[in-house]
Amino acid sequence: MNAIGWLNLRSLNQEGIVFAIAVVLFVAAAIGLPGFIDPNNLVAIVRSVSVLGILALGMAVVIIGRGIDLSAVAIMAMSVAWYLQLLNTGTSDGLAFAYVVAGVLAIGLLNGFLVAYADVPAIFVTLATGSFVFGYVRSQLITQDAVPVPQGHWVELLGGLRFLDIPIEVFVFAGLAFLFFLFLRYTKWGRYIYFAGDNPVAARNIGIPVRPMLVLRYVLSAFVALIAGLLTASSLHSINTRVVNSTLLYDIVLVAVIGGIGLSGGRGGVRNVLVGAALIGILLNAMTIIDIPLLYQNLIKAAILLGAIIVDGIINPRDEQTAQQGDI
Amino acid sequence: MRLIKTFMAAATALAVTAFVAPTFAADDPGPAAYAQALKGKRVMLVPLAMGFDLAQGWAHYLKKEVEAWGGTFETRDPNWVVDAGAQAITDAISSDTRPDVLIIHAPDLNSYSKLMKKAQAAGTYVLLVDNPANFPADAFVGSDWDRLGQLEAEAAIKGCGENSSKKIGLVQGDQANSSSLYQYAGIMKVLDKHPDFKVVAKPDSNWDATTSRNVTTTMLQQNPDICSIIDFWDGDATGASAAIRDAKLDGKVFLVTTGGGEKAADCDKLQDGTYGAVVMTELARQSGDMNAIIKFLLQSGQPAGTSHTYIYTLEKATTKADLKPDSCWDLKALQAEAAAK
Repeated sequence: MNAIGWLNLRSLNQEGIVFAIAVVLFVAAAIGLPGFIDPNNLVAIVRSVSVLGILALGMAVVIIGRGIDLSAVAIMAMSVAWYLQLLNTGTSDGLAFAYVVAGVLAIGLLNGFLVAYADVPAIFVTLATGSFVFGYVRSQLITQDAVPVPQGHWVELLGGLRFLDIPIEVFVFAGLAFLFFLFLRYTKWGRYIYFAGDNPVAARNIGIPVRPMLVLRYVLSAFVALIAGLLTASSLHSINTRVVNSTLLYDIVLVAVIGGIGLSGGRGGVRNVLVGAALIGILLNAMTIIDIPLLYQNLIKAAILLGAIIVDGIINPRDEQTAQQGDI
Repeated sequence: MRLIKTFMAAATALAVTAFVAPTFAADDPGPAAYAQALKGKRVMLVPLAMGFDLAQGWAHYLKKEVEAWGGTFETRDPNWVVDAGAQAITDAISSDTRPDVLIIHAPDLNSYSKLMKKAQAAGTYVLLVDNPANFPADAFVGSDWDRLGQLEAEAAIKGCGENSSKKIGLVQGDQANSSSLYQYAGIMKVLDKHPDFKVVAKPDSNWDATTSRNVTTTMLQQNPDICSIIDFWDGDATGASAAIRDAKLDGKVFLVTTGGGEKAADCDKLQDGTYGAVVMTELARQSGDMNAIIKFLLQSGQPAGTSHTYIYTLEKATTKADLKPDSCWDLKALQAEAAAK
């Protein structure tokens, strides 16, 4: 009886609801807005959420393992800013890149170590390391907010790369999404992340290396942030560290969570990130075409997200069985 | 003998008096009064952040001058956080070393009004720089943003030309900052006089380059025949220029923006054709204006908050054609100069 397919409300989870909203918006925009359905505009939509989506992939893996990485945006902006600063002051490319990779690795390890072995809650650890990374790099290593890419450098050339007239970011986003999908779905450590996120104690009891895996996730997230930063700089020919003060970090968490990755861990996957990113991308693009002022855009964005969460709450009420310890 | 001596002395005294008298008259009382009024006075700059060209330029020129007349110059770095700026101002007012002059770069029309009033009540002169606020400061030094917007619009119209689509796109900052609101008003004033020119879209960038790129991409997607785009700040116009580059419309869309006239941010980009025109603030002159009004206020003897002066910086839209070696100032050179000391 309960298998009537799409009419069955019970089978609709948050991902389904958000996907439905995204489809409705897409159809409405395609009919109502001239130029929306144009292939170039569709590419522009995907591109506009590529960097956000890439960051959300890293965040998703951390959240599925019942953690959170609030240092992602700081790592993204500051690692690349430092890299460009080194280049601008004459450090050789190889050496500069090696420094930055070492720095990113160190912060990822520090995050992972403090969460896994020192048992400090992830939210505090990454909040602190994020501030530290920003403060240290901004005050000690770079001289101003915006650091330009040296002329003719590979980062600048990367931004101009196109295949079939589609910007490189889109391919990087697609490629990373596929890799993360393979990792989460088909590798042993990928599957373990779900176990560890769902019930860390039980996962440890059956012999899963919970702590080293935790460290790995934060390192992964840090490197994903570096990639996102390089892509940002390649497109804009500079990186502005002001982005650390922006709402980007919340947007990343939002993309992951609105797509249906529970903050309590153990649930979700790459598909959820794609659905979340699609909704945000379509929404922002349509509102820009209609020329809605930013203030109202934020209001509308917030209202739709709130609506999705409320509907999810009504259709899938929480009870003792579904709620988990550590649910935020 | 004694008599002769006395005579000689008297004669000498007379001679000296006769000769010295004009010298006394030439002894200018100015420097002493100047030094007395200014020595040891404290000047503090609280910009939106210390990390961008305008603030670093102001700080450089102000510090040089203030320290030359024996004052102390300090800066605070709120790093774009309004609360941190408010905290810095509060701390400054209540500290033992309360500044005599507070130079504030207001984030919006209202945020710091109460604090500025408090500062004046404590006896500190308040200067507003660059961004106007709803507050009668002792002086405002900066751009007339309305006029600046008019210059941008005129540059855009000229950049478009008579035989163009006459479609103009705006990338605004936000809907709270006075520089954005007044700039928009100025642009619209000029466009009202040119009814054949039309604004086809006016999204906000929230001063963020990535957002500017995304909204400009959409704008160009919807109106590929736009002839000019006005982005409200060179800090995020890099995004708009990236969108134009990506749409392969370089040279077809005349990008107009405004900035502090820093070499890498403005002149280099005019040179390579990224920007069509930039309405640049002459930063050295603007800093000079600040220095002059600071020196005036400190000598005037008038209590803080009793006079209100507006000193608008002369603005000009610069294009590649009228670029000169001294059109811009060079942040790198200033930093090297500071490092060499």
